Amino acid sequence: MTLLEEPIPELARRLRRRQVSAVELARESLAQVERIDPGLGAFLRTTPELALAAAEEADRRLAADPEGSSPLCGIPLAYKDVLCTEGVETTAASQILRGFVPPYSATAVARLNALGAVPIGKVNCDEFAMGSSNENSSYQTTRNPWELDRVPGGSSGGSAVAVASRLVCAALGSDTGGSIRLPASFTGVVGYKPTYGRVSRYGLIAFASSLDQVGPLTKTVEEAALVLAAIAGPDPHDSTTLQEPVGDLLAGLEQGVRGLRLGIPREYLEVGIEAPVERVFESSVELLRGLGAEISEISLPTTEYALAAYYVIAPAEVSSNLARMDGVRFGPGAERAQSLRQAYETARHRGFGPEVRRRIALGTYALSSGYYDAYYLRAQKVRTLVAQDFAQAFEKVDAVISPTAPTAAFRLGERTADPLAMYATDILTLPANLAGVSGISVPAGFAEGLPVGLQVLGPSLGEAMCLRVARALERELEIWRQAPPLERVAA
Amino acid sequence: MSVATRVDWEAVIGLEVHAQLLTRSKMFCSCRADYLGLPPNSNTCPTCLGLPGALPVINREAVRMTIRTALALNCEIPEFTKFDRKNYFYPDLPKGYQISQYDLPLSRNGWLEVEVEGRTVRPGITRVHLEEDAGSLHHAGEIQNSPFSLVDLNRAGVPLMEIVGEPDLRSPLEARAYLTTLRQVLLYIGVNDGNMEEGSLRCDANISLRPRGSEGLGVKVEVKNMNSFRSLQRALEFELRRQSELLDAGGEVAQETRGWSEAEQRTVSQRSKEEAQEYRYFPEPDLPPLRVSREQVEEIRSQLPELPPARRARFESQYQLAPQLAGLLTARPQDSQYFEQVVGHGVSPQLAANWQSQELQGLCNAANLGVEECRVGPAALAGLLRLLEEGKISSRSAKEVLAEAFESGRDPAQLVRSKGLGLIQDPEQLGQLVEQAMARQPQAVADFQAGKTQALRSLVGLVMGMTKGQADPVLVDRLLRERLGSPQA
Repeated sequence: MTLLEEPIPELARRLRRRQVSAVELARESLAQVERIDPGLGAFLRTTPELALAAAEEADRRLAADPEGSSPLCGIPLAYKDVLCTEGVETTAASQILRGFVPPYSATAVARLNALGAVPIGKVNCDEFAMGSSNENSSYQTTRNPWELDRVPGGSSGGSAVAVASRLVCAALGSDTGGSIRLPASFTGVVGYKPTYGRVSRYGLIAFASSLDQVGPLTKTVEEAALVLAAIAGPDPHDSTTLQEPVGDLLAGLEQGVRGLRLGIPREYLEVGIEAPVERVFESSVELLRGLGAEISEISLPTTEYALAAYYVIAPAEVSSNLARMDGVRFGPGAERAQSLRQAYETARHRGFGPEVRRRIALGTYALSSGYYDAYYLRAQKVRTLVAQDFAQAFEKVDAVISPTAPTAAFRLGERTADPLAMYATDILTLPANLAGVSGISVPAGFAEGLPVGLQVLGPSLGEAMCLRVARALERELEIWRQAPPLERVAA
Repeated sequence: MSVATRVDWEAVIGLEVHAQLLTRSKMFCSCRADYLGLPPNSNTCPTCLGLPGALPVINREAVRMTIRTALALNCEIPEFTKFDRKNYFYPDLPKGYQISQYDLPLSRNGWLEVEVEGRTVRPGITRVHLEEDAGSLHHAGEIQNSPFSLVDLNRAGVPLMEIVGEPDLRSPLEARAYLTTLRQVLLYIGVNDGNMEEGSLRCDANISLRPRGSEGLGVKVEVKNMNSFRSLQRALEFELRRQSELLDAGGEVAQETRGWSEAEQRTVSQRSKEEAQEYRYFPEPDLPPLRVSREQVEEIRSQLPELPPARRARFESQYQLAPQLAGLLTARPQDSQYFEQVVGHGVSPQLAANWQSQELQGLCNAANLGVEECRVGPAALAGLLRLLEEGKISSRSAKEVLAEAFESGRDPAQLVRSKGLGLIQDPEQLGQLVEQAMARQPQAVADFQAGKTQALRSLVGLVMGMTKGQADPVLVDRLLRERLGSPQA
């Protein structure tokens, strides 16, 4: 039993009443990482000195102004290693950024730091967030705490495992095609992908700029709302952030689903959802119906083209975004190259793993003259249609629900040889990225002992709606109270 | 061996001009746009270093200046514009792509009026768009032999306007006149400092040949690396010669990029068509498209200053200046401002124009200064010229005083007083000198009286010499005539 099993609002109460100190929480978190993480591999590095310094500062603030301080003050957090952290090595789980110490912090990180949150360390992910299983990290394997021979999901696998295993209270991840929601589903935590532009991408190492969003992974929906509220909102450093005010994300949390219209996209059920996952979904639907939601079937007709469009647009942006990894200003580089071209080729060949190289090649091809219209331009048109599908759907329903993924966590190595099978893992999550709408994965049950999430998609800026529906399910199920069986891995 | 027919080849030339904007900050971050003289890589931040995770934010002032330029070049400003990424690898390009504009530039379809050898031509402007400058590379000597390349990113991200001209220029001289006029416009509207040596204004040229009278287009060659008006003209003259000789000999011009070698005074092949870069342009996802409101365009238009052709015409009519003089005085906005200030102090425009364009400009040229930078301000010059107009000082003294004021920064009118340079206008004193002169040159006296009126000039000259130029020549002339009587017809 660890203090970190308590949800953040409870810890915040205890911190304010001085029943526990931020330093104690930070030490507990660091000790948990030391004890449990060697068997899980979630953390790439911890930052104990920074954590303790931040915790001491948090304690001072809590003592000085207990009621005025943020509920996140003194709370231990972890950051996906695609988020720049000033003075702390940030690698995006890639060899090409080995040793890169950013001189600045991502806006989302800086905002949490400013509130007094305590940074425990950087967590693993697929290299440059490209992957659905976390197996594309160039540093280490991260395991699913529910069954250690299974993947945690990706790409924010380290974030999901760190939260699921109670190593920290919450973590930030990033979601380009499902990278927050999928690992949340696979590890039994809540994962929130905000509306595109709701959270600043400044300092997020870009995968696909038009699809990337930073978001929280937490045990509970309320915690997700707390963290999201802290990081959301306009940022002068990111011109794609939305100017609309964030509003109170906690106010409507407990309003329930009575009278809400929830749509189930017919096409999402036709992608080959495994039977145990489907059963969990059906029982979630029944539960929500029982709570007074009006459930209907809807259609998102372009779903079948979304995956293809995504795998043109995302790699196209990758091919450009990753060009700056040239070995000149950071990373190991290439010594003794005979030519400029060779210097680039050596640095990039050594530095990038196979999946990243595959996507750079795909994207380079898709943007080449003669192919641009057939691939990139057409994919953008599909993207527009996907967005229109959602816009039309949200005229009829308040939120869209589906399983988060067609399967529960699969075994390590099971899909690594088949990129297309791996890509299909994201088939239910990536349309939301193409459309830019908001989405959450909330634990909905277990399929043969493995956690499975329900995905709730809301309209653009529909954060409050997603949280409200997810919370309604969470209140009935309380799956977050079940921690994975960690005794096996404790050192 | 057959002798190829001589064809009269006509050049078809279009220029691409890059101009750094005089904004305070860079195009996409808040680093200084004025990077000269700073220690290497000190004028940088995560954004212009291209660090992972850093994002660009559009510099609104750069957009405004580009629209200002486009309006001065008679361009259309579409309501919708966006930025695109131009992807290529080079160490001075930290992100591996340049943020530029591809298919929806800030402006298009303009023209520029250019005077060349007394003719007026009106070459088209295809577009003016906005992009960011790259950093710079430094080598030990020549790049080929240097054991290293050092990268300085102080310049990376400086706002850069690209002004693409239509292939409407027909000779190297026209090209030079176009660039000169374009530079003049940029200086007038205050968006660029016009410095070609330091590269804040750069020019590439496309040139192809066709038989005069033909409407078709030949194979074009892109010429780079010309950093003065002179090298532009020479490089194009060289290409004109090289290509016509090739064609005359029955050969073909290869489509390629060539660089002008100032040392060798010739162009050298740099890159063939086959090696042309594939830039993989696509819309910049980090920047939302821009909408340019009509109100904004009109506001910017209303703030445009009088442009060179209009100012030249006004100088001709308002001040009655000869076209050439009007041209000289409107070469730079500072020149015309200086002139109008001198005139504003009540000096006759013709006198002010002559003195500014000859005496003062001569001093400035020798000191490598603009008139606005020299130590003789418009009020000081006007003071001096008024003394001249009132006949209180000789033209020779005025020149002397101007030179001294230029050096010392002292007030010319004061110099005249302190040096006793005022004209000698005392009839008694001058009368004595006139009589001495007549005594020393009896032949001149006789000549004048015999009807050779020009003989008077040598007598006036003698008196002037005796007074070191300080005698009032008009008075000397009158005193001489009084004493000599009328010449005999």
